[in-house]
Amino acid sequence: MLESYIPIFMMLALGVAFAVAMGKINEIVGPKRPSEEKLSTYESGMEPVRTARERFSVKFYMVAMLFIIFDIEVVFLYPWAVSFRSLGIQGFVTMLIFLSILLIGYYYVWRKGALEWD
Amino acid sequence: MLTYTDFLLAMPLFSLTVTVLLIIATEAARVGRARFSQFLAITGLLVTSLLAGLNLRESGVAFQGMIATDAASSYLTILLSLAGIVTALVARPYFEHRDAHRGEFYILLLFAIIGMVLMASANDLITLFLGIELMSFCLYVLAGFERTKDKQNESALKYFLLGAFASAFLLYGIALIYGSVGSTNLDAIARAYAGISNQPLFLLGTAMLIVGLGFKVAAVPFHMWAPDVYEGAPTVVTGFMATAGKSAAFAALAIVMIRTFDIGGSTTADVLALLAAASMVLGNVVAIAQTNLKRMLAYSSVAHAGYLLAGVAAGTAEGFAGVFLYLTAYTVTTLGAFAVIGWHERTNDEGTSLDDYVGLSQHQPVIAAVMALYMFSLTGIPPFAGFIGKYYVFMAAVRADLTWLAIVGVLTSAVSAFYYLRVIVMMYFRERDGEHIPLPRIPVMIALGITAALVIVVGVLPSTVLQLFMPAM
Repeated sequence: MLESYIPIFMMLALGVAFAVAMGKINEIVGPKRPSEEKLSTYESGMEPVRTARERFSVKFYMVAMLFIIFDIEVVFLYPWAVSFRSLGIQGFVTMLIFLSILLIGYYYVWRKGALEWD
Repeated sequence: MLTYTDFLLAMPLFSLTVTVLLIIATEAARVGRARFSQFLAITGLLVTSLLAGLNLRESGVAFQGMIATDAASSYLTILLSLAGIVTALVARPYFEHRDAHRGEFYILLLFAIIGMVLMASANDLITLFLGIELMSFCLYVLAGFERTKDKQNESALKYFLLGAFASAFLLYGIALIYGSVGSTNLDAIARAYAGISNQPLFLLGTAMLIVGLGFKVAAVPFHMWAPDVYEGAPTVVTGFMATAGKSAAFAALAIVMIRTFDIGGSTTADVLALLAAASMVLGNVVAIAQTNLKRMLAYSSVAHAGYLLAGVAAGTAEGFAGVFLYLTAYTVTTLGAFAVIGWHERTNDEGTSLDDYVGLSQHQPVIAAVMALYMFSLTGIPPFAGFIGKYYVFMAAVRADLTWLAIVGVLTSAVSAFYYLRVIVMMYFRERDGEHIPLPRIPVMIALGITAALVIVVGVLPSTVLQLFMPAM
């Protein structure tokens, strides 16, 4: 019974060994020319330490909200796709109605300019 | 499997949804201006109330037990559509005057009504929660509809934060009830009720449900948000929130507490009776001290939540009928009162203080008379609707051995006469000079006509109204 797990353990051991080895080789062989930029947490990214009381554009909020709406749609689409055949024509029509409602929402968002950054 | 009857029973919900999608599409395509959205909204609401009227004598469970349609829910759908129509009628003059008339108002209004209808026809705690959230989200946005005004922002944010908190209580209560019953279906809970009504887990769930719904109806001690939100929100929105929002929440409360739980005479009924008494006393006493009419009506709505809770606490079919009749009376009266306030704001630099109403009868006798009618009805003076509502609710309380609650109710009603009649005194017995105030625009006149006529009709023919939602009585 337990023998069947041997390949998994071998895979696990190999994986860990590979990761450790790669890190070590990089450390030993790789050239090191540190600069202030390179040593910061996010090279060419945002500063890691600054004031938390910063204002940022409300547009980010809009993008996040729209993303969630159209992301949730996928939650319904996947189970529907998996059981498409057993749901039959009724499932198809129901899904079409659902998608057309979403489409109206998308049309509204589009025409109101919520998808434009400026 | 979905059947034809499923769709037939949910027809009002479908017509509302189709209308709102149509408004979204036309609004996006910029077919007409905001007034076209208003036209679509009113037409859709008329069709909805017609469909609900056709459903008045139907009853049944649809969509795998998620929705139950019967006379009471169809009746409430008509009442909510009416509240929507009146609100849509007064919204255009109100917002056009403030240069903020947008089609989105009608989209949010209709979405809120969909949520309310869902609450009134819920046959499952999940459907109930879904309806409450749909309604609440729309009301949060509507409370701050003119987004550049600080006062409205404050109102919307307060409402949102506290409302989200209350929703959490409600949801946790539903979870606990599910834990003790094993189902969220109201029929299943009703069947299991006798066996589990004294389980601590179930009682805790019920208590949390009361907290959540108590917040939505603004009953003491969950009323803190009401005065600030009612005062800060645009007046047409306040009128809608105070009437339709409260009606839907009370319908949900009545359906869960009376029909499903059968609380008559239990500890839960005693708790509700205490909340009722506290709301009546606090609402009426604090309203006396208010100088702003919107704030005064906010405290008065807390007091009315108390009267309505007395009907729920009775826990009988009579109490159920009393709650629905009272909701009708309260909705038509308060909608009218807020329509008058909204109109008066426009003539008077947005003044909603009581002093602004001094001598209104000299300048605009018709409107002053209509406002006096609403105030008499809210006080509970026959033959107006408010009296009949109070009569049925207190009668149900007395028959359910809650005589003390009825006594508190009648005494606090007497207290309320002071601040309601003060408005009439201001309008009729004080002098004012200044220029002539023009009559409201025709939509507002229609709205006032509908509500004033209903205040009298409900007051004179209560049994006809009763038969609409309680065919057996």
